[in-house]
Amino acid sequence: MKCTEQGMSVLIFVRLDCKGGQARLFTLLGNVKAYSTATSERKKFYQDVSISQGDDGLFEISLDRRKLKTPGGKLFTVPNEALAIAVATEWDAQKDTLKFYTMHMTTLCNTVLDNPTFRDKDQIITAALKFLETDTVCYRVEEPPGLVELQKNEWDPVLDWIEKRYNVVIGSSCNIMGPEIPEETKETFRQHLGSYNFWALTGLEYVITQLKSVVLSFGLIDRHLTVEQAVLLSRLEEEYQIQRWGSVEWAHDYDMYELRARTAAGALFVHLSSESSTVKRKLLQD
Amino acid sequence: MAAMTSPLRVCRGILKEIRALKGREYKQTLAYNYVLDQFRKNQVSSERYCRAQEEALHTSQSYLCLLASTRLHLALHNLYHGKGERAPEQVAGMVGLRLPTQPGGKGWEK
Repeated sequence: MKCTEQGMSVLIFVRLDCKGGQARLFTLLGNVKAYSTATSERKKFYQDVSISQGDDGLFEISLDRRKLKTPGGKLFTVPNEALAIAVATEWDAQKDTLKFYTMHMTTLCNTVLDNPTFRDKDQIITAALKFLETDTVCYRVEEPPGLVELQKNEWDPVLDWIEKRYNVVIGSSCNIMGPEIPEETKETFRQHLGSYNFWALTGLEYVITQLKSVVLSFGLIDRHLTVEQAVLLSRLEEEYQIQRWGSVEWAHDYDMYELRARTAAGALFVHLSSESSTVKRKLLQD
Repeated sequence: MAAMTSPLRVCRGILKEIRALKGREYKQTLAYNYVLDQFRKNQVSSERYCRAQEEALHTSQSYLCLLASTRLHLALHNLYHGKGERAPEQVAGMVGLRLPTQPGGKGWEK
């Protein structure tokens, strides 16, 4: 009951502050009590985690007997069972304290449900494509020779693959301005991104911002690369430096596992969210 | 195409991760039953090219990577970042050094 009231207050404030985007954001943030910040921890307040399917076909998560809500106060619902189980497993895996920074699937679902930045599909696509102009695999170094060769050997095959797969021109450059990417290329990717639903698109943009590369993200989502391969290619220069100067566990490995976890969560999120739409299509045909 | 490890290895990997999360009663979890169910459903008897199976395998590999990386990241977090600021001696110890001790022992300047 308390949570429903919280949700209502969000809606009312949003309507009142329609003019100032920033004011709306603060109103929403003010209502975020259940999760607090990403790095803080909260005592575990439940024993059992279960999932159930509502009347509208969406899946809900229950902690003991209470329904899980989003930080914005909405009922937490996901479109399919696999996603629900992945989220439930995250809640079930928490020991004495809730570590929200380890619950990437929950975070992604919350982002879609609350949409805290009030973006629509076009805005997300534009934000995602911005990474193409400064794509990691398009920027090459001129020295040291070892790294030049490594970048050529590791990045060129992925670049070739995406140019063939989408029939586009991207190219690479040693210049600080990067390669000139033709408008047609951006238009092709824009149309391709438009074919994803809002859930999958949110996940895809998350992967792109993690890997700092549209090329590698498409490679991962189109199943040309595994998560481990995509992360390795994204961190190629760092890996080269590690080989040369040695690995520092609490910095290099720490970053790598975090990046792998986030990227894997994003990729899984895209695949599970797009799967549900194909299942729906099949049901309609019957 | 992405390098594929065998479905059996991925399946066992995921189940192992679930056991690491839940301990002995891991067989009663939702994830355990769902994962096992999915792997059984996607078994095909012939070796023909099967797109759906390959997709399912890639998705399961991503899930295995998510579970393993989260576990390892959390372990490193607890080891190095979870305890707040460290004493200078501890920090030096982490990189294999020792702080110099006072020549005359503690309070030698008196």
